[in-house]
Amino acid sequence: MELILFLVFAGIAVVAAINVVVQRHPISSAVSLIAVMGSLAVLYLLLGAEFIAAAQVIVYAGAIMVLFVFVIMLLNAGGETKAGRSFVASLLGVPVLVALLALLAFFTARIYPRDTEVHFGGFRGGTAQSVGRALFTTYLLPFEITSILILIAIVGAIVLARKELE
Amino acid sequence: MPASPIFNPTDLIRFLPEIILTAMGTLIMVLDPLLNRRESKVYGTLSLATLLAAILAAIYAYSDAGPAFGGMLIVDGFATFFRVLVLGVGILTILPSFSFLKRQQAETSEFHALLLFSIAGQSIMAAANDLIIIFIGLEISSIASYILAGYLRDDKRANEAALKYFLLGSFATGFFLYGVALIYGETGSINLSVVHAVVTGPDAPLPVMVGLAAALMFVGLAFKVSASPFQIWAPDVYQGAPTPVSAFLSAGPKAAAFAIFLRIFMTAFAPIGHAWAPLVWASALLSMTIGNFAALLQTNVKRMLAYSSIAHAGYVMVALASRSEVGIAAAMFYLAAYACMNVGAFAVVSHLSGKGERYQSIEDFAGLAQKQPFVAAMLSIFLLSLIGVPLTGGFFGKFYIFKAALESHLVWLTVLGLLNSAVAAYYYLRLLVMMYFRDPGEAASSAEPLTPAFSAALILPAIGTLVLGIFPGWVLDFAGRSASLVK
Repeated sequence: MELILFLVFAGIAVVAAINVVVQRHPISSAVSLIAVMGSLAVLYLLLGAEFIAAAQVIVYAGAIMVLFVFVIMLLNAGGETKAGRSFVASLLGVPVLVALLALLAFFTARIYPRDTEVHFGGFRGGTAQSVGRALFTTYLLPFEITSILILIAIVGAIVLARKELE
Repeated sequence: MPASPIFNPTDLIRFLPEIILTAMGTLIMVLDPLLNRRESKVYGTLSLATLLAAILAAIYAYSDAGPAFGGMLIVDGFATFFRVLVLGVGILTILPSFSFLKRQQAETSEFHALLLFSIAGQSIMAAANDLIIIFIGLEISSIASYILAGYLRDDKRANEAALKYFLLGSFATGFFLYGVALIYGETGSINLSVVHAVVTGPDAPLPVMVGLAAALMFVGLAFKVSASPFQIWAPDVYQGAPTPVSAFLSAGPKAAAFAIFLRIFMTAFAPIGHAWAPLVWASALLSMTIGNFAALLQTNVKRMLAYSSIAHAGYVMVALASRSEVGIAAAMFYLAAYACMNVGAFAVVSHLSGKGERYQSIEDFAGLAQKQPFVAAMLSIFLLSLIGVPLTGGFFGKFYIFKAALESHLVWLTVLGLLNSAVAAYYYLRLLVMMYFRDPGEAASSAEPLTPAFSAALILPAIGTLVLGIFPGWVLDFAGRSASLVK
């Protein structure tokens, strides 16, 4: 059951990811990206990372993608114009990509023996409770200083967007 | 990771400088709507007081040194040295910015708040012993710097600088983060001490994977310190940013980035040092050569100082390439000397550039010695130190770095580095000749009279440069004692 779900959603994620690149119109790419994010959320859920799965849907598929779509619409971006392709790129692009992926798969298979792989249902630390506990005890300091980072981002947006210096 | 789930008061004391900086940065922004526009000097004065308090807090924290927050931070001599250094750079940035901001009619509370936040990020980096803390500190420091670079938003060059800095900087951060992720995947920890233990232990991950992680982090960090071949952004950013900000960028974030560079590569990645040493060697040589030769061709002083800053990053990389405690101490000493002389030189540029930063070319320095002999004398000290003339901090900085390199048998790098310093003398001397042996031009004649804050902005780094040059032992002894990093 888990394996079937995994194969289905992993397949959707890969196809949608390719679609992001292939589509000519930015909105189509953005919608495909939502599909990638959604299927990734299911994969996280299958691995037992419930909190991450929920955050993935809310933050990435929700908030960030809405922002993407807003920006695309505000810029009024149309379809891509086709630039002249370089001969080398069209000749070598796909073969090099396949070679890279094959190399990556080969090394991963060589370096990590089968018994170190993650199994479905083998991980039980992904609930909101356990993530929250880690965040507010062991990782309290990084959690707190991230707030400075967000504050800077807000202040920076105001500084750069204000009308003019008086 | 040694987990201490709930923090205790000792942790907070060891984190006090950052707490002070953040709290006061927020307070300055809250004060903004309550204060009259004409009282905008208050922000600068408050920032100076904050930085002084943070320096005291950093020294106090060192009186009870040790790890904090379960080993995520570590307050040792190394951390304290860099904390005081970046806080000092903050003071030297704010002093000349009083008159600069007034001239550009750009006095706001946000400038000072962002500056304090950025320094807080650098201070966190100085004390961090954990990759996630290092990463957040780096981001706090960088994002605040991107905004400061584009602070004068009606200035096209500043916009260009901010955008370039932001785009390339985010890219570099991505590389760094990939490295962190790889390390976590390989060793199961992000704590530098634990990573070091795992890498040297019986269940060590494949050296290839650790090397790959080190290479990715090297890309990210080399960008932040503007070392070759990731230095392309520096000239445009330093030239376009408001001059006090350029001064800050060339000293503060760079010193903090070198602090984490040294800490990561000399603790976690020390066991594979033989693998990354050639990379650092090549980067050091490239930075020195590209920086110095490109600086020869510049007519804009800010751009020239930017290339010179790339070259100086190269000298510090030589210290890293020597992979020894002597090298770490030499790098620390050099960064302190460099901060004094470079921030001082930028302060003079900011003084002379006038409204809208019109006067930035080397010709504009003509005859400065006749019109404002004091400013010219101070700039001469900084330039002589940048050349590396004896009795200045720059001389001993270079001396200790090349001594460390020779002790590690890096003979060729030392020879090429020394040749480079000789080339560098030319473009600094050109500026000196312009100041003393030419008739005053429009820029020198229209330079504003000195304010007390600006005089302090010149005198303090000049004193620093001379003290490091005449009594180098004071700082070098401390650096030498602090150079043995916790592994």
